[in-house]
Amino acid sequence: MSELYYPDWQIRRILRDVNTVAMVGASTNWNRPSYFAMKYMQDKGFRVIPVNPGSAGQTLLGEEVVASLKDITVPVDMVDIFQRSERVPPVVDEAIEIGAKVIWMQLTVRHDEAAKKAEDAGLTVIMDRCPKIEFARLSGELGWSGINTKVITSRRSRQIRA
Amino acid sequence: MTDNNDPRPPGFETLAIHAGAAPDEKTGARNVPIYQTTAYVFDDADHAASLFNLQTFGYIYSRLTNPTVSALEEKVAALENGRAAVACSTGHAAQMLAMYVLMNPGDNFVASRNLYGGSITQFSHAFKKFGWNVNFVDPADPENFRDAIDENTKAIFLEVLANPGGIIIDLEPVAAIARDAGIPLIVDNTMATPYLCRPFDWGADLITHSMTKFLGGHGTSMGGIVVESGKFDWAQNDKFPSMTEPDPAYHGLTFYETFGDFGFSTKAKAVALRDLGPTLAPQNAFNIITGIESLPVRMDRHLQNAQAVAEFLEGHPAVAWVSYAGLKSSPYRELAQKYLPKGPGSVFTFGVKGGYEAGVKVVESVELLSHLANLGDTRSLIIHPASTTHRQLTEDQQIASGAGPDVIRISVGLETIDDLLADLDQALGYATAKAGD
Repeated sequence: MSELYYPDWQIRRILRDVNTVAMVGASTNWNRPSYFAMKYMQDKGFRVIPVNPGSAGQTLLGEEVVASLKDITVPVDMVDIFQRSERVPPVVDEAIEIGAKVIWMQLTVRHDEAAKKAEDAGLTVIMDRCPKIEFARLSGELGWSGINTKVITSRRSRQIRA
Repeated sequence: MTDNNDPRPPGFETLAIHAGAAPDEKTGARNVPIYQTTAYVFDDADHAASLFNLQTFGYIYSRLTNPTVSALEEKVAALENGRAAVACSTGHAAQMLAMYVLMNPGDNFVASRNLYGGSITQFSHAFKKFGWNVNFVDPADPENFRDAIDENTKAIFLEVLANPGGIIIDLEPVAAIARDAGIPLIVDNTMATPYLCRPFDWGADLITHSMTKFLGGHGTSMGGIVVESGKFDWAQNDKFPSMTEPDPAYHGLTFYETFGDFGFSTKAKAVALRDLGPTLAPQNAFNIITGIESLPVRMDRHLQNAQAVAEFLEGHPAVAWVSYAGLKSSPYRELAQKYLPKGPGSVFTFGVKGGYEAGVKVVESVELLSHLANLGDTRSLIIHPASTTHRQLTEDQQIASGAGPDVIRISVGLETIDDLLADLDQALGYATAKAGD
């Protein structure tokens, strides 16, 4: 498989412009990676709607968990997929159907065919990345943990969202 | 430089100055501030909980993390082309943190026998108290590492440019042996620095440094660091439960799953550094950051002076032999050209005619070189390992690790080359004249 490369400006724009995120595969267990990501993104001003048929109807970090993307009653800007790669295609079909603008597949999640379909439908697709990590990387917070952000800048502000 | 389409990474000199060191957002301070504080205020109880659960990025207490220290960690991670790093109080502490994540009582690791004497002692004695065993092997034949690996082996450890000097390990085949065994290769890169050698490019998985040496460069500040490549698959076998199984010290968090390619560093900070406590002082982190900014130009001059000193010694009548991989006479010249193409560092050994007595006399007769136990300073340093750094070893161990009775180690600094040569000439003449009487 070819190496994925997304320029920083593209990631930065997505994280600046997106407001409502549907998180498919959000877990109600506090020590699961999706829970970490949801809590962090809420802190950064995103509204995150958890999607998980197994815990539909429960409340997770102040939001009601829904069973599928089609159960969401507000416009969704981005669908963040916490699922194994082989389970991506039907999620992408639903994301196109509900009019999402961005599909974001988490670290280790990649499905080139589904991505192509989404891009042909006019959506932007990011694969094998984590929006929490990318937000922290570009805003400088990731460096607080001694992680190589690969960001070299002489500018003062690295703020992503106003 | 960040908002472009170019995946080409910045050059080494740019990284040495800028990586991890963007302007301070709050104040605009251009240099990395020294955050001389032990603790950090929480926004509220929920923020505190998120931090303690490792759910968000931020600072709690300087035993674990500190902004000045983090800036240094990011800089060294960038210079090594690694994913993340954990800084700590000394190079010895770095070795302890790395092994603490990897090892359980009854486990072992295989180490090159050509190491800094203090590391040999740490591995042989202190680590034994944790139930961690070490098997030392002759690194000249990489297959010796494979032969020493058993089902409880959790890592291979070596110095690519080995202390006390002149020896270079063939990294690539050793990395392949570690890969075959499903264990990480840990390379101590203190003597080479990432400017001369980048072990991750040759298949290493973790890198340790004593930053006290060339990285800091000025002999002012102690510091150590562990860098992770981010490429090792901790879940490929069941050898590393501390990475792949729920951690009871963190409410059942699984570090590799949650933190992925920076899981090792997160574990080393959140557990090893938290519970063992060898924290790097912010002032020292600042001093080392300042040192690293000039690493490339310093190393160029270190190399130039080292080559001149080595050639001078090789032609000196009082010198029996010189072990510097930059010399045509060195059996390590080819390996040096492969792994350290800019030059094989500035620390090496030579033998004085007249053995132990003459060696002691040389280090007692120098007037510009400093007789002390350190390396990688702006100042030129000289030591007789058998009576100092490698004193705790048996004579067999001393000889095996390149620190026999007649051996002198030199760390060539940045002084005017003619002054260094003149000082060595008078010390050698004095020492051997006396010895010959």
